Amino acid sequence: MSYRLSLLLLVMAGLVVAFAPLPVQPITPQERTFEIDAHQFAYSPSELHVNPGDTVTIQLISTDVVHGLYVDGYDISVEADPGQSATLTFVADKPGSFRFRCNVTCGAMHPFMIGKITVGTNDWLYRSIGLASLAVIGFFPLSSFLNQSKKKDERNIAS
Amino acid sequence: MNRIELTRIPFIKNTLKSRYPQLAVFIVMLVGYIFAILAGLIGTPVGSHNFSIVFVWIAWWAILILVAVPFFGRGWCAVCPIPLPGEWLQRGAVLAPPDKRPKWLNLRVPKMFRNIWMQNISFLLLALFSSVLLTTPNITGIVLAAMLFAAIGLSAIFERRAFCRYLCPVGGFIGLYSQTAPIELRIKDKQVCVKCEGKPCYNGSDAGYGCPWDVFPGGMTKNTFCGLCMECIRTCPHDNIAINLRPFSADLAKPSTRMDEAFKAFIMLGSAIIYAGVLLGPWGSFKDAAYNVGSGAWFIYATVFLATIFIVLPGLFTLGIMTTKGRQSLKQRFMSLSTALIPLGLMFWVAFSLSFVLTNASYILAALSDPLGLGWNLFGTANAAWQPMLTTILAPAQTLALVVGLVWSARTAQKVNEAGASTIPVIVYCFVATSIMLWLLL
Repeated sequence: MSYRLSLLLLVMAGLVVAFAPLPVQPITPQERTFEIDAHQFAYSPSELHVNPGDTVTIQLISTDVVHGLYVDGYDISVEADPGQSATLTFVADKPGSFRFRCNVTCGAMHPFMIGKITVGTNDWLYRSIGLASLAVIGFFPLSSFLNQSKKKDERNIAS
Repeated sequence: MNRIELTRIPFIKNTLKSRYPQLAVFIVMLVGYIFAILAGLIGTPVGSHNFSIVFVWIAWWAILILVAVPFFGRGWCAVCPIPLPGEWLQRGAVLAPPDKRPKWLNLRVPKMFRNIWMQNISFLLLALFSSVLLTTPNITGIVLAAMLFAAIGLSAIFERRAFCRYLCPVGGFIGLYSQTAPIELRIKDKQVCVKCEGKPCYNGSDAGYGCPWDVFPGGMTKNTFCGLCMECIRTCPHDNIAINLRPFSADLAKPSTRMDEAFKAFIMLGSAIIYAGVLLGPWGSFKDAAYNVGSGAWFIYATVFLATIFIVLPGLFTLGIMTTKGRQSLKQRFMSLSTALIPLGLMFWVAFSLSFVLTNASYILAALSDPLGLGWNLFGTANAAWQPMLTTILAPAQTLALVVGLVWSARTAQKVNEAGASTIPVIVYCFVATSIMLWLLL
């Protein structure tokens, strides 16, 4: 098998690992409510798991200063005053793992006040580890091609 | 791909040879640096609205790690303002022809310090306090000022740029990663250097100063310690210095033979992993521990940080390479195979920085209009709302960076490995580290 064909096969396998649709088990959407305490500089709980299609209600309770909660990927947010609560409701229709973070400057470590919501399974993580595995597996035959061609070049130069 | 000599282009050569374009950039950089110090000390204590935090840790960091280091190596060092006041005082001139008489003590740096261990220590000192440093304007102002004064102090005592070469916490990792960059300064013909009398590139001449980085260009085989200051281009009487475009990571075919550089690779790799978990992860207790300097939790954090970098990562690496047989000693194999971690570490930092920078880049607009947080609105952008950028492509971009880093490291391991010995343990090590980083970031 030539180097180019091996490379092409590897790239195609990579595309399959990255983008091939996975079988989805149908799960009846539910209403999920989470009460999240926000304090400098953390959320509690800081990791949420819901199923795709769930209607998620987050009740944000700020226990010290004003805090916000912005969900990456969904581009939605809510703000809660000190000692008050505020509610954010949305349909978790985008699967994957998303950071949620404070969007109101709340102190020094504000940029790192981060939580995580996973909708369904974190497919992209598994796909990424699959791509890394594929890269390592495919690396050995490709590098042996490269080494052979380098040696051939060196022999040609020597002769 | 062969090298392409960029200095064959007259415009590039003349621009690099003339001191004035570089001086113009230096002045802008120095003004910006001093303003960052002042903003840190007298501006708002709210980090996300202070020029010193936003422009140093978001804008400058993004340019440094995503553009300057990967594509220009030590390109940042070529325009860095930190050594300038000390160097001007040391020379007694800004642009005037060199005077051979030293203005200050002009001592040689003691041999025991002529390595990058001090840079490793200075980086780790900043890294241990980084949660405070990255978020507190007056601490950033103090650290920036301290670096400026340390550079002046060392220039007064020692010859050349002792601060840049042996102490700068940033210069150490820029030097390490500059080996991967597709740009280099090298001599054209070794025989010309051998026959050259007086070695003006190193010792200076009427045309310019001896290498501020204490490097003899004629013997240079790696980018690590060349600061791209262009002084040797000005002093070489034989036009024997070139700036070349070259393949990425050309220097990495030559394995590391120094323990300080080997540990630098582990320091950078470990720091990127720890930052990804502590700063970007959802675990509030880790952030508390990292931020509350001096508390019991911080001491545990610092101990774990140092143990990860000096014991866990190098220990597992050593166990891995012990399973392979080779003619070289274990120490030699450790140093040479640690070269494979250089591209991996660089891409870990790229992946980490993408997340941090894209999330916080919108603060730049507000800080530009109101750099001190005093209610100004210089460009009408002071009230620009915070908005994360490109969040949909962030995860694929991070995966791409990390997988490219893994393959790049695997290839580097093969290049630096002695003939016949297996690289599988190093590649497995890189794969496990990459998987951990993916789990932390995604």
